[in-house]
Amino acid sequence: MTIETLNARRLLCPLPVIRTQDKVKQLKVGDRLEVICTDPGVMQDIPAWCRINGHKVIEATAGNHEYTLLIEVGS
Amino acid sequence: MSKQRKAIALISGGLDSMLAAKTIMEQGVHVEGINFFTGFCVEGHTHAIREKDKAKPKRNNSLWVAEQLGMKLHIVDVIEEYKNVLINPKHGYGAHMNPCLDCKIFMVNKAKQWIVENDFDFIITGEVIGQRPMSQRKATMPIVAKESGADDLLLRPLCAKNLPATLPEREGWVDREKLHDITGRSRKPQIAMAEQFGFDDYSQPAGGCCFLTDKSYSAKLVDLWKSQGHKEYQLDDVMLLKVGRHIRPQPNFKLIVAREEGEGRFLQGYKNEFISMISVSHRGPLALIDGTPSAEDLYLAAQITARFGQGRDAEQVEINVTMIDGSERTLQVKPIRDEDMPKAWYV
Repeated sequence: MTIETLNARRLLCPLPVIRTQDKVKQLKVGDRLEVICTDPGVMQDIPAWCRINGHKVIEATAGNHEYTLLIEVGS
Repeated sequence: MSKQRKAIALISGGLDSMLAAKTIMEQGVHVEGINFFTGFCVEGHTHAIREKDKAKPKRNNSLWVAEQLGMKLHIVDVIEEYKNVLINPKHGYGAHMNPCLDCKIFMVNKAKQWIVENDFDFIITGEVIGQRPMSQRKATMPIVAKESGADDLLLRPLCAKNLPATLPEREGWVDREKLHDITGRSRKPQIAMAEQFGFDDYSQPAGGCCFLTDKSYSAKLVDLWKSQGHKEYQLDDVMLLKVGRHIRPQPNFKLIVAREEGEGRFLQGYKNEFISMISVSHRGPLALIDGTPSAEDLYLAAQITARFGQGRDAEQVEINVTMIDGSERTLQVKPIRDEDMPKAWYV
C-alpha cells in the first residue's frame, strides 16, 4: 500500500477535487492519499466526490485554517 | 440483447441539467456527468473566501447533483483552453463579459472529444429554447450542434420535441415521445418536473453559474485587461478579481483591500507576489498593491489603506509596507477623507 500526500493549499474548490481526482487516477486500489487544503469547502466536496466514485474517506481533520483528508482508493 | 447505450451529461449543478440527465437515465441509458472548470465558475469560491458566508453550506452543486442522481461525475480543468474562448469569442459577448454561445460550443466540443475517448454514444445538455437570451435560442441550437462537432449526437431532452430528431432518437436509443417540449424563460415546467422526480432541493442561480455574467466582476476584468495592455491572464489574476475592494487611483496601480477576515486570510497567500500594506497602529485590513507604483503612489495607497481601518478618523496612522523582495518600511500617513476618494477610483 502506498501513502501519498497532495498539497492543495490555497486552491479553491473545485480545484482541490480536480487535483485529487487526477492523483487518484495514478494510484491503485487500497492506496491512500492525504490531501491538505485551506478551502473549507473540501470537507463537503471531497467526501462527495469519493462517495460518487467509490473511494473512502478514512479521516477528515480541521485545524489552524487547514483541512486534511485521508482517502483510501476504491475500485 | 441490445447494447446498453451510454451518454455523458453536461452538469452545471443547476436544475435543468439535473432534469435532462434524469430524463435520459429513466429510459435505461447509462449516464455519467461532466463538469468543466473554467476559473470563472461561481461554485464555492466566494463562500470559501468570505467569512460572512461561513454558516452557508459549501457544497459543490455539480457534485451534489451527481450524488442525487447516483452517477459518476468527471470534473475537467479547462482553465488554459478556456482563455481563447474568453479572449476571442467568435460570437461576441453577452450583456457583460460572458461569451455564452462560444462557451457552450466549447463545452459541447470538449464533451464530444470525451465521448470519443471513452466510448460513449451521445451527449446530453439541459438547454431549453428561449431560456437564455444569448446562448439558448432556437437559432443558436443548431449553431452549438454544428460548431461543436457534436451534430446529431447532441440531445437536449428538455426541449427535444421542438427540435429535429437526433441520432439517439432516430436509432431508438431513447424514446422521443418521453422527451419534453419546454420553451421560454418560465421555470414552472422544470419545477413541476422536479416535483415529479422528488427533487426538493436544487440550485437555480439567477445569473447562471459564471462570474462573467456579473456586471461588477466584468468591470474588474476589463480594468485588468486595460491596465496590462493585453487580454492574457493567469488563474490567480481572475481569482483575485473575486476578492476585496478594487481601487484604482492611477492607471499604473490599484489596491485590493480585504473587506473582512476571510478575505484578508486569502490575500495573505499572495503577499509574496505583491507589495502589501497593513496598519500597525490601528486594526485594519490587508491591502495588496498591484502594478508599478512610485514612492508618491505608495504614500497615497497607504492613506487609502488607513481609511479602511479603525484609524480612519485619526490624525496619523502607521502603515507597514512590505515590498515583493520582503523588505519592509513604515509610513506615517493621514487617512484619506471620503470626499477625496472619487467614486471612479472604485473598479
